[in-house]
Amino acid sequence: MLPLYGERRDARGIISEKLASIDTLRGSTTLKRGFAHMQKNGVIMDVTNVQQALIAQEAGAVSVMVLDKLPSEVRKAGGVARTASIKIIEEIMDSVTIPVMAKCRIGHVSEALVLQETDVDMIDESEVLTPADELRHIWKWDFTTPFVNGARSLAEALRRIEEGASMIRTKGEPGTGNVAEAITHIKKVNDELRTIKSIYDSGDNQDLVRIAREFKVSYDIVEQTAKLGRLPVVNFAAGGIATPADAAYLMSLGCDGIFVGSGIFNATDAQERANAIVLATTFWNESDKVKEAQKMIDERQSIHGLDVKTLELRMQDRGGLA
Amino acid sequence: MSLNLGVLSIQGDVLENILSLKSALDALDIDGTVTSVKTPDELSKIDGLIIPGGESTTIGQLSMVNGLLKILKEKIEQGMPVLGICAGMILLSKTVQDKVVGKINQPLLNILDIKLERNSFGRQRESFESNISLNSIGIPSFNGIFIRAPSISDVGSNVEILSKFNEKIIAVKKNNVIGVAFHPELTSDISLHKYFVNLTNTLKN
Repeated sequence: MLPLYGERRDARGIISEKLASIDTLRGSTTLKRGFAHMQKNGVIMDVTNVQQALIAQEAGAVSVMVLDKLPSEVRKAGGVARTASIKIIEEIMDSVTIPVMAKCRIGHVSEALVLQETDVDMIDESEVLTPADELRHIWKWDFTTPFVNGARSLAEALRRIEEGASMIRTKGEPGTGNVAEAITHIKKVNDELRTIKSIYDSGDNQDLVRIAREFKVSYDIVEQTAKLGRLPVVNFAAGGIATPADAAYLMSLGCDGIFVGSGIFNATDAQERANAIVLATTFWNESDKVKEAQKMIDERQSIHGLDVKTLELRMQDRGGLA
Repeated sequence: MSLNLGVLSIQGDVLENILSLKSALDALDIDGTVTSVKTPDELSKIDGLIIPGGESTTIGQLSMVNGLLKILKEKIEQGMPVLGICAGMILLSKTVQDKVVGKINQPLLNILDIKLERNSFGRQRESFESNISLNSIGIPSFNGIFIRAPSISDVGSNVEILSKFNEKIIAVKKNNVIGVAFHPELTSDISLHKYFVNLTNTLKN
């Protein structure tokens, strides 16, 4: 069964109704976190149009994420980045059988409501778009549609889960083709999980209270996560993944799956690269298969990439303090 | 003889099924192991297999990479018990179409003679929980978790209908092959996993 830690049974997003005189429940924590479970060991690909979505599905992606521009293009364009055109999202929903996700701005409740009405399968409250409210994220318990949120640390991850996120991903540094930040974030989360687990095992409840205060979350979620030794929701890698080897390494660090943003459709060998990254994610622990996947791509066609140290815009910092 | 149970671990909800099978073995006091199965070699040692929920197109395509899909089909046709959950049931079926997209081309095992509709109850917002019953296999009440679930509109001869929800067929069985549209591994109720362990145990001995 699923860990349901942190769930709110009185959430407004839960709809109890009759379907042909049979009692049913929609939007429950089991259904939302359960949806994320069906994505495990898979690759979710950023796409901007139907053609890219079909390439992603053909390659074996478990979902597509619809954006107006790929993260690297958002970076270049500057200005304000908002949720994608609803018409394009709907066109993609009519063309693929796999789930379709879309991004809304951090804290922008109405953009999220619009995406819920559009019937996307999951909403990404994403730092790739320009935040609408840096201090308060969306209260995701009000939604029937599940959410995924980015996190750079266990504290951020647990804050988002307490707000109702059904899935977590690393933030990494989007649109850079540089995987270093995603690696840093998952290692930090893993280290912190090990730390709280050892505190839990030692029976030092006072220290868990200290952690809860430091993390700005409830004691309950810290205690239950510490007992479990992992996040109570699925945890993916995202931000800067560009090659099959990038994907395989993040899987080996314990990620449940992979988001690829600009890495595929900003490369000039998108189709082969999409196939190769799926292959490497599935068989991440078989080095011959990862090599085979890496051989399918041409490094000269990879996204050029950016040094994270010299960036003017650090997307990962958005909404990080809240 | 110890029972070797497996969960196909290409993609999807593997861990929860492994835990449910382990609980079922314990509850039934049957000696056995549960392992994840990704290669033809790992499959060769298995007495009964769960194909878990996930994305059926992904599981199908990636199972062809190392020849697993072909060997899986042979083993099931030779009588290995298999429980296909959601995407797993889609893979077992002969004909599939999508509620919105219509006709689709995806790798299938082509074993269960059923006419299946993907995403039959709608998209994720329409995913639901509801009480269902599988009376013919001794499970009168079960909390069905339906996530972008498929349903079956028609079955061929000798395919037994185990359960319906609102006139749609949601669970079927033909000899050693079971398909369900809902996710028993997401609940704490292990009765369906126990049924599958018992079936595997009976067919092995």
